[in-house]
This record gives sequence, structure tokens and C-alpha cells, in this order.
Amino acid sequence: MTAGSGSVPDDAMKLSETREGQRARILRIGGNGALRRRLLEMGLLKGTDVVVEKYAPLKDPMELIVKGYHVSLRVEEAAQITVDPLE
Amino acid sequence: MPSKPFSIALAGNPNSGKTTIFNNLTGTRQKVGNWPGVTVAKKEGKIRHRGLDLVITDLPGTYSLTPFSIEEIVARNFILDEHPDVVIDIIDSSNLERSLYLATQLRELDCKVLFALNMTDLARSRGIKIDTDKLSELLAVPVVATVGNKNEGMDRLLEAAVGLAESETDTARRRRVKYSKDIEAAISELQQDLVRECAETVPYNPRWTAIKLLEDDKVVKERCVSVAADRGRALFEKTDHLRRRIMDLYADEPEIVMTDERYGFIAGIIREVQTNATYRRVDISRNIDLVLTNRFVGFPIFLFFIWAMFQSTFSVGEYPMQWIESGVGLVSTAIDALLPQSLLKDLVIDGIVAGVGSVIVFLPNIVILFFFIALFEDTGYMSRCAFLMDRIMHLIGLHGKSFIPMLMGFGCNVPAIMAARTLESEKDRILTILITPFMSCSARLPVYIVLAGTFFAGHAGSVIFAIYLLGIVMSILTGRLFRSTLLRGADAPFVMELPPYRVPMLKSLMIHMWDRSKMFLKKMGGVILVGSVVVWTLSAFPRTVSYDTDYAAAKREAITAFNARIEAAAPDHRQRLEALKDESLAELERRQRFEKAEKSYMGMIGKTIAPVFAPLGIDWRASVALLTGFVAKEIVVSTMGVLYAVGDQNEGDVLQQALQESGMTPLSAFALMTFVLLYVPCLATVTTIRQETGSNGWMLFSVVYSTGLAWLAAFVIYQGGRLLGLG
Repeated sequence: MTAGSGSVPDDAMKLSETREGQRARILRIGGNGALRRRLLEMGLLKGTDVVVEKYAPLKDPMELIVKGYHVSLRVEEAAQITVDPLE
Repeated sequence: MPSKPFSIALAGNPNSGKTTIFNNLTGTRQKVGNWPGVTVAKKEGKIRHRGLDLVITDLPGTYSLTPFSIEEIVARNFILDEHPDVVIDIIDSSNLERSLYLATQLRELDCKVLFALNMTDLARSRGIKIDTDKLSELLAVPVVATVGNKNEGMDRLLEAAVGLAESETDTARRRRVKYSKDIEAAISELQQDLVRECAETVPYNPRWTAIKLLEDDKVVKERCVSVAADRGRALFEKTDHLRRRIMDLYADEPEIVMTDERYGFIAGIIREVQTNATYRRVDISRNIDLVLTNRFVGFPIFLFFIWAMFQSTFSVGEYPMQWIESGVGLVSTAIDALLPQSLLKDLVIDGIVAGVGSVIVFLPNIVILFFFIALFEDTGYMSRCAFLMDRIMHLIGLHGKSFIPMLMGFGCNVPAIMAARTLESEKDRILTILITPFMSCSARLPVYIVLAGTFFAGHAGSVIFAIYLLGIVMSILTGRLFRSTLLRGADAPFVMELPPYRVPMLKSLMIHMWDRSKMFLKKMGGVILVGSVVVWTLSAFPRTVSYDTDYAAAKREAITAFNARIEAAAPDHRQRLEALKDESLAELERRQRFEKAEKSYMGMIGKTIAPVFAPLGIDWRASVALLTGFVAKEIVVSTMGVLYAVGDQNEGDVLQQALQESGMTPLSAFALMTFVLLYVPCLATVTTIRQETGSNGWMLFSVVYSTGLAWLAAFVIYQGGRLLGLG
């Protein structure tokens, strides 16, 4: 809940660039109002940990595990989310 | 004691088991899942509990109460405007954190809230323990633990709801989300302005209204504009000013900051009430998905399911269809025997029984198809379909969720178009509604069966498949065309929950199937009955026709001539001549009936519009059939039956023979099938389009576009085919 951008780790990447099975922490959510709003309501917040469960057979959309449930979003939407890969 | 019944609303996230609880409480028909049209329609159930009348309303499943989708607006407006006595928030215990987001929003409204902590068994099996008393104490909200799909806790839930409704709880004094200092300052500043400027006109709680204005909530803003009039201007300037201040402070939009803070508040509650066991149970649902959405086998399995659904619908459905056909035959024979020869008898047999009978045979198809759709929905496989298909649907400019309405379109366009409601963006919704009619519904199938069966006997299946494929191609082209012209713009975010797989409840599947069948039967009983009678009237009148030939005289002549020849012939030739006599009399009879059909009102209409259809290789009789098909596409077959075969009992074979003799070629039959596929959907579908788009404009557009496209496509096929020498 801190203001501004803060310090961005060197290995920060787009969520869309993560591989299957990757754990990551959300650093920033960009994109238009509707998308951001929706992501936030579904519990994808700054500081939330996500696990990339899988990509769909056609590589889009992707499936994440967030707060214990499964959610899917398009790769182009995931590209709006900056994450810090964990481990 | 109030004499008015208590109003109880059920709110909750999609997949929280809300609909199951609603079914348990009321026994009213509803289905489970977060797919097509599930709960957008307001569902109510009236029950009596301990001598009290209760009206229970099932609100749409939502994650939030922002005006992000129709569902959310519907749910929120119900609570705001209808003032239910109690709102029961169904909380998915295995998803407490996300569920509490909606809960915190409900608590910001002025309503009495009760939590149903549902699926506690699932949470337990996942190693989640929730301190119910602590949760109740922290949020000052009564909490009841339930297991909806085992029907546990329903009595306690009603008990608690009635208790809360009768209590004098001061809703304003409960613990609310406390935002950070700067935001609270902005809220109270705006709140004071609201109370001072327009307390009597803004109907909602001022703190809530202030929060919504700061969040730039369009619906609340509009409402304030409409009631506050001139005084609103100062209010909005203040709002803008405060929003800018928050943006400067947090480098983010106020709604984002506030969502963040609500989750912060929730995180605090979770820390106090929830303990997670350290062991991680084997997640069955996850394992199922390892297969069903697998990179290699996911699509083959998906295609197999869809194939199995269609095979069952159309092949297994064949048997009950035959039983129904024989049943209808028996009814019409019985009526024939019972009633004396009259106009009424003709109306009943040829108009009503024949018309309705030709439609009721599709009931097995509908029942089976919707059984599968309900099965997909209730197990959670539907969202996996969207997950698998989104990439492809996105190419057409649509959402993965559009796949479901389009798939359902193969069954019947009416529920399919209703299913488009789950699409959040209006553009996506309208686009889906416009292209769904190109999915060939089951009512069009009998037309193809008759035509393809007659003209492409050896490979009718492939021809029908080609027609279905053509519909899909047309929908893709239309989708791309409209997405880049009429309905340009970004599609809605595809953020979609993939709920855990669940074992479907038989009761819920039955309720769902019964619902759909009832809908179909109602459509048949009303619209199609009227349609059949109109068609019969147009073809049976005028009762007296002036024939070109005096058939009675011709028959008499034939009889006299034959009788004379029979007299003169050798005895062994007499039998052959008798047969010839019968044949020529039958031929005269057929020609008379044909001329009668030609000179009926229907025939006149057909001949008038025939020039429009001539370039498509469609004759006047087929033109009339197409016209009557507007009532319902299945009527095309029965009209052709009347106009080609001129009403013989053994319809199927005679119609095929008559069609072959009518000068129709395989090419013109294919053009006719194309036209049937694409032209204006049936009356019921058009009505649904009107209702779902909320606009006569879109309805008219859909009618004109589809009919125009049908004409063009049939023209290209017929004339193109002739150029290639196929005609």
C-alpha cells in the first residue's frame, strides 16, 4: 500500500513472460481502468503471490493460482502485470 | 408482526453455491454455475417458514458491486432500490479472502447482512479452518455455517435471517472498512457536502454515496445528476478536486487505492479468523485439469465431448422422435375418425395437429442437448471450454465466453442469445447476439434433412455438415467485419475464474432440463400454434377456387371413357384397365389439389414474391415456405409438405418424390438450404434479440443483415454453380 513506484528488482518481468510452474509476486498492475479494476476485485493486488499453473494449449490464455483459487487471463492482459519471480 | 412478507436476497460470488442454496430453500427451478444467463434474470421463490411468508430473491453472482457488468448493477440496484429485509451473503469458505471483498461492499450499503459460510466441508478438506464466532464478532454480522449441496444448515440459515429481519439492529453502527487518513478525510468532506446540498434528494446512505463518487461510479454519478440538478455541479467539482488530490498523494486512481485498502482490511480479518493447515492435500480438481486442459490431449478431449453431445442429441434422439411421430399420427387418425367432415376438422388435423406435431418431435433433441449443457455447466467444464476456446474466439474479436452462446445456438437460438448476457462488455454482447443466429439451430435441421435427403441421398450427412460449416464461416466473417466497423473497440478483460470441478447434482440437472423443455414447449404452444393456423388458413382459403379445368367434368369423362373401354375389352384385360382408370383419376385429383394450392392466398403471395427468389433458383412454393418459416423455421417443412405433396398422409416419401418432380435441382436445393440457414431467424429469436439488446434498432439491423446476407450467399451459390455447369 505504499505510494509511488518504489524500487523495482532487477529481475522484474512481465507476468506474460513467466514459465509454467513459476511463482511470482505482483509488483505493479498497469492497463486500462476496467482491466485493473477487475484484476483487483479478483484479488490480484500489488504484493500478491501468484503461481503460473499453465498456459492453454494454444498458449493463450494462461491460468494462475491466486489466493487459493484458479483464474485465467489472456497473455496480453498478463503483459500489463509486472512481477518479481520468486525462488 | 409485519403483514407484508419478509424479503430476503441471496448475494454471493459466482460458484459460491448460491443457486444450490436457493434451490434448497425454495425448491424453485434454477441451475448452478457461472455460465450463460444463470442468474441474471431475477429469480424469486415464495416460502412459508414458521408461519411467516418469505420472498427469497436470488441475485446474480458477482465478485463486486461496482457497475462493471449488468449482473453487478442488477444485484446492487436490487439492494439499493428494493430494500430487502435481509441480504444473505453466501461465502465460499474455501475462498474466504476473495468472498469477503463482496461482503465488505455489501456492508457499506444500508442493509442487514447475514453470512452463510458455505462449502465448509470443502474448506475443511483443504485444511482451512475458520473461526466462525470470531468472524461474526469482528464484522458484527451473524454467521451461519452451511453445506449447500448436502442441504445442511438451511433451517438455521432461515432462522437467522428471520431473526435478523425482526431485530432492530442499527445498520449504521457496525464496523466498516476504515480507509487511510487522507481517504477518510476526502470521504467525510464529500459526505458533509452531500448532506448539506442534497440530503433529501440523494436516496442512498451519504457515506456510501461519497465513496462511490470518489470511485467515479458511473451509475451513482448519473443518479446524483438526475436528482441534484443544479446543486450537483458544485458537488462534482468537489469530487473531481478530491479525486485529483488522492491521485496526487497515491500516484494512483482513488478506486484502485480503495480496492487495495479494502483488501488490506480483509487481510487483517483473515489473519484473525483463518488458519491453514500446513499439509497440502492432493487437489483432485487440479489433477483433472492436468488432463482436460492439457496441451496435447485437452483439445482432442474437448472435441470428443462436443462430438458426443451432438451424436447423442441427434442419433439417440432419433428413437423418441419416432415414437412421437407415431403418436401424432395416432392422434390425427383418431380425430379423423371422430369428427364429421368439416372445415373445423381440416383446421384441427391439417392446421393444428400437423403443425404442432412437426415441432414437438424436436423435444427429445432439446432435452438431450440441454442435459449436456447443464452437465458441462454444473461440473465446471464450461469455463474450461472458454479457457480452451478463447484464443480462437479472440481471433474473431470475441471473448472465450462467446463460445457458449454460439455452441448453444446449435440447439436453439433463443436460449443461446439469452446466454450472451454473461459477456460483460456491451459490444461483445451485441456482436455475439448478431452472429449467434448463423449457428444452425435444431429447428433448421429438418429442412436440411428433407432437402439433402432428397437431392443428395448418398451423402446427405456431408452436405448438412457443409451447411453447418457455412454458418460458422459466415459468423466468423460477420464477427470480423463488425468488430472492425460497427462495434470497434477493445473487448472486455478475460479475467475468469476456473472453479473447482464438482460432481453435478441430479436434481439440478433435471431442473435445468425441465426448464429448457418447458420453454421450448411454451414457444411451440403459443407462437408456433398460431403460425400453423395462419399458414393453414392462407393455404385453405379461398374455399372455392375457379379452376382452369373443370375437374369434375374431366373425371366424369374419364370414368365414362374407361367404363366404355372396360365393357368392350376382353375379360383378362379388364383388371389392367381398372387400374389405369384409378391412376388417371388420382392424377386428375392431384392436379386439382395443386391448382387449388396455387390459387390459394398462400399461392398468390408466393407468386408475387417469386421474382425476388427466382435468381436463387427458388420457386414460388419454396418462397412461400420461406415466408412461413419466419414464424419458426421448422414450419418450412410442413409448408413444403402442403405445397409440394399437396397433403397426403404419408408425408415423408411423397414430399421427397414431389420435390424431385418440381424441377428443383441439387444446386437450387443447396441454395435453398443456404437461405434457410442464414435468413431472418424465427419470430421467437427476433423477439429475444429485441429483449436482450434492448433496442429495436439492433433487432431490425439483425433482421435486415441476415436476410440480405442469405440472399447474397444463395445468389452466389446458385449463379456461381450454374456458371460452373452444376445446375
